[in-house]
Amino acid sequence: MGNVNATPYRVVPGPEGLLPPAATIMGVPLPEEGEGLVEGRITTEEEALEAAATAMLTRKNPTLFPGPMIIWGWNEHTREKAQPFFEVANEIPGVRIIPMPDYRPIYPKIDPEAVINPCHPNLTIWHNKIEACVLIGVHCHYANITLKMIRAGTNCYTIALCAEAGHEDAMASVPNFDAEKVVRFRDALIKVKKNGIKPLYEGTGIIPSGWAQIAKLKGEIPIKPREASIDGEARGAFSHELVTGLDETAE
Amino acid sequence: MKDGAKVEDKATHQVREDDPRDRVASPPAPTPEKIEEKKKGAAAQRIVDPDYLMIDAPREREFITGSEAAKEAIRRANVDIAIAYPITPQSETMQQVGYLYAEGYIKDYYRAEEEIGVMGAIAGASRAGVRALTATAGPGLVRGIEQIASWPGGRLPSVLLVMCRVVNCPLAIQPDNVEISYLLNCGGIVLHGENQQDFYDYSVAAFMIGEKPEVTLPVAVAVDGFFVTHARGWVNMPAEDLKLPPRDCYHESVPMMDNENPPIRISRDAPIQKSNFISYQMHASWQQEVFAAQERAKKWINRWLGGIIEVVNPKAKTMIVASGAAVSQSREAVRQAEELGLDVGLIKIKSIRPFPAQELIEATDHAERIIVPEFNYVGWLAKEVKSTIGRNERVIAGPRVFGGMSMPTELIMETIVGSKIT
Repeated sequence: MGNVNATPYRVVPGPEGLLPPAATIMGVPLPEEGEGLVEGRITTEEEALEAAATAMLTRKNPTLFPGPMIIWGWNEHTREKAQPFFEVANEIPGVRIIPMPDYRPIYPKIDPEAVINPCHPNLTIWHNKIEACVLIGVHCHYANITLKMIRAGTNCYTIALCAEAGHEDAMASVPNFDAEKVVRFRDALIKVKKNGIKPLYEGTGIIPSGWAQIAKLKGEIPIKPREASIDGEARGAFSHELVTGLDETAE
Repeated sequence: MKDGAKVEDKATHQVREDDPRDRVASPPAPTPEKIEEKKKGAAAQRIVDPDYLMIDAPREREFITGSEAAKEAIRRANVDIAIAYPITPQSETMQQVGYLYAEGYIKDYYRAEEEIGVMGAIAGASRAGVRALTATAGPGLVRGIEQIASWPGGRLPSVLLVMCRVVNCPLAIQPDNVEISYLLNCGGIVLHGENQQDFYDYSVAAFMIGEKPEVTLPVAVAVDGFFVTHARGWVNMPAEDLKLPPRDCYHESVPMMDNENPPIRISRDAPIQKSNFISYQMHASWQQEVFAAQERAKKWINRWLGGIIEVVNPKAKTMIVASGAAVSQSREAVRQAEELGLDVGLIKIKSIRPFPAQELIEATDHAERIIVPEFNYVGWLAKEVKSTIGRNERVIAGPRVFGGMSMPTELIMETIVGSKIT
């Protein structure tokens, strides 16, 4: 293996505290090609994929968080990766798919059933009581800060399937995660089930989450509901020009 | 005046031959014919693997100034844009880089209004996804530092060459590397080269290190002005028809201009620009990530700079720890000490950020005395060393010279032997 496991520091589900250190600073190395990272230890890629698969099958409210590099079809690579992504989802009973469509702060508040946002990812984890999640297609910087915040305040097992060098701050991570490796993750899910891991939500399909997915399931055109906080009384009490828009004709 | 012309001294009326080798002058600007010839060279350059360019390619030796070494590094670095604001001794280096633009090795080049403008423009260029370069020194660096300090948080892998020349006042344009201390807490990578060879090697590597997806940080390559920039030294370089791959901005830790995410907009999604609306925890985590990225750069520094530290005579009980031009003086002190039968070792620190903490702890663990010579008043390297190693009463924070003074090796020797050298 390219790297050594020298540090006693372990990257495990939290809550770890107000402000956990970056795992890199604690000496956790990044995996090389063919390797994986599980709880701060270098493993084989296969071991990491199986650890991730087991967590997604056995922990409560497993959720996939696809980022901009998988949900927006802006190049061929993105489209290649999106197809097997759904094959992965289909192998995880009771899974939710909650996107991180971009990295802008969402205000006045996020809809935690519809999106996860790197400014406060813990809100989505807490609201949905998510205990295992996969970040895929998220730019590394935003993935790392999200992973640290989740580790700080939640008991969620985080998995980062990264197109680049991998993530020390995730409990399980595999680098250079291309479409082929997405298929390998699907195969790992099938394998661990065959080896006796019983899915917590066996017999359940993908659980729609958020207004867009639910509307689509009903065959309706998804229309974003008005935020309660900008209606009626709350509009005057809490909102400001960022919500209402600037009146350019005002004196 | 023609070479070899006779010159009459008006005071003594003595006539002597004018030896062109005696003249002190900048290298001449290339002629139009030379530029045309070089343009063909630029067009014929081929992209090679970074490992090949930096490690494996055969090299030839040239006797050139540090500024020329930087020019040769940039020639091979596939730079998209260089933005200059002249300040001594920057002007020499960026002048050299300007020639590269004329020769077709750089796609765009201009002179900005002043340092804040330069550093802001570099941020914009880097954010747009191109490979960007600038250089500065002393007060110019300090003037631009508000912008420079925002580069790491913006995850902008630009390259900044710093030819250290002291920060005013009083005005000085002589060697003194106090400005490196201003860079230490900005969040970017800071390499400190010893000589012309380092200036070439570190400058090429800087682009590749900073652009690694897990790093995505700006890299400052500092050298001690005049000793390195204006003096000549032997530099081994690969052929000039080789160059680095272009910047691959779609494989970095953040999106470039956020055009790929609907709705399209010119600026990148950046909660740092909207700090009222992000959680404090996100800002904290963001800062942690910048310094974590520094740490990840160590792997590439080790690979392309041949180790983050260099150790000479590793078992010696007296170890000198130095960076920059102080390393060269220390090498000579180690040699002189050996002549006196003294066992003295040397640790060359190549990277100040990330600081080689564990490497230094291990390399000094056996040492009874650790001498830290520096070219500045504040002793920033000694402070780094003292705050890193255990039993730091072993550290002798000096000798130090500043304000443009040179450092005679006798000063280091006197610290080694503990008395005046006569």
